[in-house]
Amino acid sequence: MSSHPVPRPSGAADAGGADGPRRTMRASDIRPPARASEPLPSPSDWSFDLIERYHERIRETATRFGLDTYPNQLEIITAEQMMDAYASVGMPVNYRHWSYGKEFISTEKNYRRGHMGLAYEIVINSNPCISYLMEENTMGMQALVIAHAAYGHNSFFKGNYLFRMWTDASSIIDYLVYAKNYITECEDRHGLDAVEQLLDSCHALMNHGVDRYRRPSRKSLAQELADRKDREAYAQQQVNDMWRTLPNSKAEKAAEESAQTKRFPEEPQENLLYFIEKNAPLLEPWQREVVRIVRKVAQYFYPQRQTQVMNEGWATFWHHHLLNTMYDDGHLSDGMMIEWLKSHTNVVYQPRVGDRGYTGINPYALGFAMYTDIKRMCEQPTDEDRHWFPGVAGRDWLETLDHAMRNFKDESFVGQYLSPNLMREFRLFSIVDDEKQEKLEVSAIHDEAGYRRVREALSHQYDLGGREPNIQVWSVNRRGDRSLTLRHTQHNDRPLHDGAQEVLKHVVRLWGFGVHLESVNAAGETTKRWSVPAVATP
Amino acid sequence: MFQQIIDRRLAGKNKSIGNRERFLRRHKEQIREAVKRAVDGRGIRDLAQGEDIHIPKRDIAEPVFGHGQGGKREMVHPGNQDYVRGDRIERPKGGGGGGGGGQATDSGEGDDDFVFHLTKEEFMQVFFDDLALPNLARTTLAETPEFKTHRAGYSSGGTPNNLHVVRSMRGAIGRRIAIGSESRRELLALEERLTALKRESGDHTEEIERLEAEAAALRARLGRIPYLDPIDLRYRSRVRIPVPTAKAVMFCLMDVSGSMDESRKDLAKRFFILLYLFLTRHYERIDIVFIRHHTQAQEVDEQNFFHSTETGGTVVSSALVLMEEVARARYPTSEWNIYGAQASDGDNWHHDSGRCRELLANNILPLCRYFAYVQVAEEEQNLWDEYTALSAEVRNFAIRKATSASQIYPVFRELFKKEGAAA
Repeated sequence: MSSHPVPRPSGAADAGGADGPRRTMRASDIRPPARASEPLPSPSDWSFDLIERYHERIRETATRFGLDTYPNQLEIITAEQMMDAYASVGMPVNYRHWSYGKEFISTEKNYRRGHMGLAYEIVINSNPCISYLMEENTMGMQALVIAHAAYGHNSFFKGNYLFRMWTDASSIIDYLVYAKNYITECEDRHGLDAVEQLLDSCHALMNHGVDRYRRPSRKSLAQELADRKDREAYAQQQVNDMWRTLPNSKAEKAAEESAQTKRFPEEPQENLLYFIEKNAPLLEPWQREVVRIVRKVAQYFYPQRQTQVMNEGWATFWHHHLLNTMYDDGHLSDGMMIEWLKSHTNVVYQPRVGDRGYTGINPYALGFAMYTDIKRMCEQPTDEDRHWFPGVAGRDWLETLDHAMRNFKDESFVGQYLSPNLMREFRLFSIVDDEKQEKLEVSAIHDEAGYRRVREALSHQYDLGGREPNIQVWSVNRRGDRSLTLRHTQHNDRPLHDGAQEVLKHVVRLWGFGVHLESVNAAGETTKRWSVPAVATP
Repeated sequence: MFQQIIDRRLAGKNKSIGNRERFLRRHKEQIREAVKRAVDGRGIRDLAQGEDIHIPKRDIAEPVFGHGQGGKREMVHPGNQDYVRGDRIERPKGGGGGGGGGQATDSGEGDDDFVFHLTKEEFMQVFFDDLALPNLARTTLAETPEFKTHRAGYSSGGTPNNLHVVRSMRGAIGRRIAIGSESRRELLALEERLTALKRESGDHTEEIERLEAEAAALRARLGRIPYLDPIDLRYRSRVRIPVPTAKAVMFCLMDVSGSMDESRKDLAKRFFILLYLFLTRHYERIDIVFIRHHTQAQEVDEQNFFHSTETGGTVVSSALVLMEEVARARYPTSEWNIYGAQASDGDNWHHDSGRCRELLANNILPLCRYFAYVQVAEEEQNLWDEYTALSAEVRNFAIRKATSASQIYPVFRELFKKEGAAA
């Protein structure tokens, strides 16, 4: 179902679907319906019929609040299938690789030993949006999961600008099916080992296979396939040209000479996999295609890594709000409420630093608290809120939340909306860890003097650029040994860990010649170098 | 609006099996090693389980670029209790600022092994990798007159207990309709004419009487059509189809004379275990007959077989005689696949070895699918010589020597090597 056909003013151009004018539902528009005469049945065991009925209610309620979603497809799966899904990074289909097998084995081991519970649901950013409901869930949990995944996450996938920009929900499943078949074909043709090694190497660079600033082109699978053949031929041609050592004519010779002095690439490149796909001298066309596949998958997951707090918070906020509204409307029984609230409180539990089980800030807790806090500021603003958030305090909460969900990522969301009230509630404080100092220093706490600093620090913490080392293609020695030089630009003087050498070996495998990596600090000095020479290729 | 709830539970279990296979393939060497160790080191009853495989973490790490310790960073934590700005705190050990999320866990620094469980099936798969059952081809239908009854449609003959009532009644209805149709059509026509005549004015009494008589005759004829006729009866048909024998019996013959010490018995035991496991892969039901012997042979239970304390001289032929007796009495070859496994230190009363060879060649080997002899001592005595000569002549007889526990497995593999790859 598509819950909410977006009304457009007549004559408005449909600008790529995403950016077209769109009327947001206002909280003031909402008219609560008459109270239901009796609640939905609430046995602990679910049935298809019941899920259907609950889903219907949830859908109605979500529509009332104007949640705009992709059509929903709910699928019931077993615990084992859930582990399967875990293993293939949550996707219903993926190419085969031993690392997914490893993932499955460790998931299964932990699950069997009772070390961890499985997630109640997995939801896939696709169109239709697929939500997996686990067979073991009780009816209450299924309702929670439907509200959380099929309406919360789903509307986030459809609305948030990063997802709109970076992912194409309608083609991802097709693309993954294609990727799986292509890789299977490669395995048949070139042997399991060759494909496995190539994938290993690509995976090592997966986090550096994303265009951070350039908007990717959006292609359907059919286009993608049609382009593939041309691309293979063309790309190889390009590569050949680039590496040609004998100039064809005099004019070219002159051009060549000027090129001698020109650096390549002209500007540093942040997308290592893209650079390799297009420029590695020795890769076969099928290998370039595999690099491309890994790169595409990495790109698909890129927004998820940047919107964890926002995405989970949004879904949590909405399951909470939808189910509570349904209770107010008389659809849910008390027992049902207690059941899902128990799970809800577990999910949004935030241990304090130093507690057992503290592993950092819980994105569910923070996100949920932030959306709830924004709603509170809209409805019952204090003087402090008016001072800090003049654009939020006293506004329509539905509109404000919708705006917040659509136009931010974790970094900017925290930077924009984390309120002093919430910092006090979480008792947030920031610690500076400087290797030059013997002790850690508390740089700010939740007080008047510290609010901005804490907020800024937390915002930076969600900046992927700061979390992952900034490594770019620096130069290629085109006329000499064809070696590739990567440059790590240090962020706050933080060094790379020792895994770098291993990763370089993978880069060598892809590049085919020697690879160097230099780590450069803020002053522009190279503090450390790694080099891996070319391996003799058979 | 259309909503979908799809039940995926029956579809695609084990979707990850391809990934698991690739994982196992990648670590094949480690797994083989672990399996070998397990076979060497385990007791009888535990062997048929899976095995935990340990793989060093560094072998399965997937390296990525990441930040190491050092530099300067600022982390925000929740739950401040009594810190104020400017407080200085001891650096927690190893934590680099008190838990930086799970970021650095894949750095390969942990020395713990990655442990996972090889299922029983996978264990056996590795264990019996490229081993084939000897003489498997002989388990053909012709030789195995064992039958299973099987439903095969319906037949017109059979015993009353197999009568299929619904089918029979359905046939009867059809027959009644078919046989009676002509008469019924005539009857219908007659009745129509009768009503027409009766309605018409004028005197048709004669005509009417005649027609009524005809109609009565037709009704009588219809009435005589039998409700159920013997030709209607249908019976469930059951056919007997021959099935391959899924039963095997394994004879374990072991010398328990004084010269067989505990360690040699242990070797023999391992050999028997292997054979047993091997057979469980191919047969549904397996009987084991334990025959121990010194100067006399006796059939014993497993406990006594491995832990008996008998001592004395050695007459190997006594065990073979007993084996033949038991086989002929209890395990007809038409129903049972017979396997023999003999272990001894090669010590035998010297006049007896020739007789052993004769017994084997003439009486026992014709009954057996396969007979394997393992000598758990180095020195070659007359029994070994006789057996060597025999094994050159007969295909389903093989002998090997094993003198330490670690040799048992290779020896076993050699004995049961796939045909064609024979040494």
